[in-house]
Amino acid sequence: MQPNRLKQGGRIDRSRALSFRFNGKSYEGYTGDTLASALLANGVSLVSRSFKLHRPRGIVGAGAEEPNAILQIGRGASTLPTQRATQVELYDGLEARSTKGWPSLRFDIAAFNDLVSPLLAAGFYYKTFMRPQALWPWYERFIRAAAGFGLAPREPDPDRYEHRNAHCDVLIAGAGPAGLIAALVAARSGARVIIADEQNEFGGSLLSASQTIDAEPATAWIEATTAELDALDNVTMLTRSTVFGYYDHNFVAIVERCTDHIGEDVAGVRQRLWRVRAKQVVLAQGAFERPLVFCNNDRPGVMLASAVSCYIHRYAVCPGKRAVVFTNNDSAYRTAIDLRAAGASVVIIDSRAEGAGALADAARADGITMLPGHIVTDVSGRRHVSGVRVAQWNGDVTSTVQNTINIDCDLVAVSGGWSPAVHLHSQSGGKNAWSDDLHCFVPAEYAQANVSAGAGNGKWSLQDCLQDGLDAGIEVIARCGIEAADVTLPLAVEVASRPLEPLWRVPAATDPDRCPKQFVDFQIDTSVADIRLAVREGYRNVEHVKRYTALGFGTDQGKLGNINGMAILAECLGEDIASVGTTAFRPAYTPVTFGVGAAENVGDLFEPVRKTAIHASHEAAGAPFEVVGQWHRPWYFPQGDEDLHTSVARECLATRKSVGMMDASTLGKIDARGPDVVEFLRRIYTHDVGKMKVGRCAYGIMLGEDGMVMDDGVIARVAERQFYLTTTTGGAAPVLAWLERWLQTEWPELEVYLTSLTEHYATIVVAGPNSRRVLQDIGCNIDLERDSFAFMSVRDAELAGIAVTLFRVSFSGELAFEINIDSRNALKMWQLVADAGAKFDITPYGTETMHVLRAEKGFVIVGQDTDGSVTPVDLRLQWLLSKDKDFLGKRSLSRTDCVRSDRKQLVGLLSEDGKTVLPEGTQLVDDPGAAIPVPMCGHVTSSYYSACLGRPIAMALVATGHSRRDEIIFASLADGSAVPVRIVSPVFYDPEGERQND
Amino acid sequence: MFLIQCPWCGERAETEFSYGGEAGIVRPLEPDALSDAEWADYLFNRTNLRGAYKELWNHAQGCRRWFGVERDTVTYKIEGSYELPSGRAGKGA
Repeated sequence: MQPNRLKQGGRIDRSRALSFRFNGKSYEGYTGDTLASALLANGVSLVSRSFKLHRPRGIVGAGAEEPNAILQIGRGASTLPTQRATQVELYDGLEARSTKGWPSLRFDIAAFNDLVSPLLAAGFYYKTFMRPQALWPWYERFIRAAAGFGLAPREPDPDRYEHRNAHCDVLIAGAGPAGLIAALVAARSGARVIIADEQNEFGGSLLSASQTIDAEPATAWIEATTAELDALDNVTMLTRSTVFGYYDHNFVAIVERCTDHIGEDVAGVRQRLWRVRAKQVVLAQGAFERPLVFCNNDRPGVMLASAVSCYIHRYAVCPGKRAVVFTNNDSAYRTAIDLRAAGASVVIIDSRAEGAGALADAARADGITMLPGHIVTDVSGRRHVSGVRVAQWNGDVTSTVQNTINIDCDLVAVSGGWSPAVHLHSQSGGKNAWSDDLHCFVPAEYAQANVSAGAGNGKWSLQDCLQDGLDAGIEVIARCGIEAADVTLPLAVEVASRPLEPLWRVPAATDPDRCPKQFVDFQIDTSVADIRLAVREGYRNVEHVKRYTALGFGTDQGKLGNINGMAILAECLGEDIASVGTTAFRPAYTPVTFGVGAAENVGDLFEPVRKTAIHASHEAAGAPFEVVGQWHRPWYFPQGDEDLHTSVARECLATRKSVGMMDASTLGKIDARGPDVVEFLRRIYTHDVGKMKVGRCAYGIMLGEDGMVMDDGVIARVAERQFYLTTTTGGAAPVLAWLERWLQTEWPELEVYLTSLTEHYATIVVAGPNSRRVLQDIGCNIDLERDSFAFMSVRDAELAGIAVTLFRVSFSGELAFEINIDSRNALKMWQLVADAGAKFDITPYGTETMHVLRAEKGFVIVGQDTDGSVTPVDLRLQWLLSKDKDFLGKRSLSRTDCVRSDRKQLVGLLSEDGKTVLPEGTQLVDDPGAAIPVPMCGHVTSSYYSACLGRPIAMALVATGHSRRDEIIFASLADGSAVPVRIVSPVFYDPEGERQND
Repeated sequence: MFLIQCPWCGERAETEFSYGGEAGIVRPLEPDALSDAEWADYLFNRTNLRGAYKELWNHAQGCRRWFGVERDTVTYKIEGSYELPSGRAGKGA
């Protein structure tokens, strides 16, 4: 039941029939078919509707160049959009759908677009939907619905993907004759080789031809060569693997489709992304045949000649019975001979005047009718080609022509010559040059360590491809410093061919702006008239014309249409093609799934999670976690069904009244020591570290060279030439890198050693009036009373016999101790503190309570109350700025911008109603009734309900805020209301600091 | 993705490194003696050359050392890497 299937031949397995569905209808094919070959075998000619005009479209090509047969493959969560039917291998049960055409592919209402196509010329969207601007959302709904080539599944992706890194001496992209022989010489010479080809088997063009190598069928040479490569340990052979991206320094990305050809719901890795760093790359991706540009050249049944040959040889499918072959070069003569051998009647229409030459003689001998010096100007038939109109060709592209012959046919095989697939060469940064002999762009200047070979390098004959591939292989291994092994150049029999005569567009019976559409880019519906219009409207640069007409913007990146389009542009501009130039190609060569891009880096593996040494206890306590960078920190410790606010209120009051405990292990910790450490830290911190006594702590800030606050923390002088620095949680890594940078690049004469201790030590904060008694009850070997262990001191001590370092510092404003302890003992110490604190109702608290407690004291959080544009003076921290020495950022503090009087400055805010908790980020205005846009004078940086004070409090940055104490300004809320707020000191609680000094 | 030669660890992928901008920006010894314009020049202005450019890189996920790289800003070709002058190694630490 496959009307176009030949009785014999092809690389298909006729013993293994497969059934598949296309647009709901069942068909049969064979193992070894692609979806495209199976559809053609079944006589399915209409496979899609075009992007803009919804014209009926059929299969044009046989590989990556296919512009029309872009289908949705598979079902449910594992479905894939934008798949080229020509590259989808058939499997049993495959389900494919076209993504355009409603209510059906045969009857598509939007084909109305085609009837009004003169209204839909290039630039239509830009011109039409600009005005009135207010209607854009309405237009957009329809435009979005009409756009796109498929649907992404809504369900989570059920399949596995993976990334794999690899290194090699030589990477070869493409396993046709050139790639295979390059691989053979590199492999025999002992180089580490990766050879990748997008098809299911190696061989490239040889799989679609009847040529011989060393007097044997070419397939025998492929088998021998692949068998030898397969036996070598230094060779990795990747089939179904597309080299899709060529990045800097020979970093090359390959997507390997591992199970897509077997079916859906297959165990194992579906697709694998290879990230390859190659010393040398051989680009042997072959060439694309160019279509010819004539009226209605997009009708189903108009195909590339090489694709027709491919379907006949490789899949035993002959797409037509009455064929017209239209060409301007010799290669299509082989297709004519192939069609004849498959039983079709054939007429060759050759734009070149003389039908002479060996291939022409062979065609004539086969009984093929030849019309040299003629052109196909138009096609009849709507859903499938039914005939062609033919005229004599006078060589003048600007003329109109008189059609003299009509030929009935069901297949038009076209060839406008060949263009090397220069995509990867272009991605690598290489330049292409126009060849006046070959009439195509060929790789010219190389930017990276690669070589192009074979048809991709403008070598058309098989013998030239083999020679070029061998030369490329020898060249790249020489560059790797490897001596070349012996490889004998195989011999292919060549027939002398006549040169191509360029024919970039075919004139019609009327002028090119009024004749039926002559398509240049099928996928995006760009026609000759569109390019001419762009030039008339003033576009000159090829990149601009590309954007205006969308030429080459489809998922196929203009693999078929680009060169014809540029040549037509050159004609319109009266320039030659070389000076018009090409557009740049970018990754990916063919579309790549998001799944393989993300691979394992999803869900739990999306980002590493950092947990403190005490995490297990917080989990057991039922604390929700706040994600801070990669850290998971306990947010609050709810009791019963408490919500955040009740829990935080209870934690705050308990800490202020008795004692609380928290896990502060995520603070960055750096050990700094060495003979020059004092001098080094004097230059880093704003205060004079040299004046600190051993055993004392200080609050320190560091500035960027621009004078802005960068990070803050506690500095403890634990020995004469040893300091212990803490940073913010987020600042741990950047601050260490910052210190190292100054040490290594600017002050290498200073001998200082920096070590990160963040993960080595855990920190337990015990805060509140009873904190001292808790530590005493645990059993401490040093005197903790005020006179011997004062506020802002540090001591090595033992708690319950365990070594700790105790800091008398406070981020809550209460009497507090920070226990620094080896992480391995932290969980045990947390329990000891909890047990000893039980009689004081010790209360664990999380990050939220920590924020409230510090805000009550007006302590800033760098990165929350500051944003990289805040100086220490803005924060009223001028007391920290040493006048006696230089430090990083000091000079910037006297720049005119930093001494402006109207800078935003840190203040406290109290809402006048005593109830409104302002959302953080709220904009502040002086006069909410001012004319729109209302001038803003600042914004809220921190805001909480303070249970301790019984009212909301907030911190804010307000222009000239320091001199506006007690003024009323307004917080502008999202609902449009304005809440009056009073500017106050940011220190809301215990302004004298008596509690922490106790 | 660049392939960068760390002078201590050898060739590694760009993802292991962090970028430090133009090399050879020397911090003035007496900032207070500079005019605002001179200080701003040190702080903000870079040559931003087209072509060979000396820049700082840090092997952040490796040995944590800063070093110099000469890179062509047009072709991205890296001519070579070099240790910074008079590093601490020379001090016999």
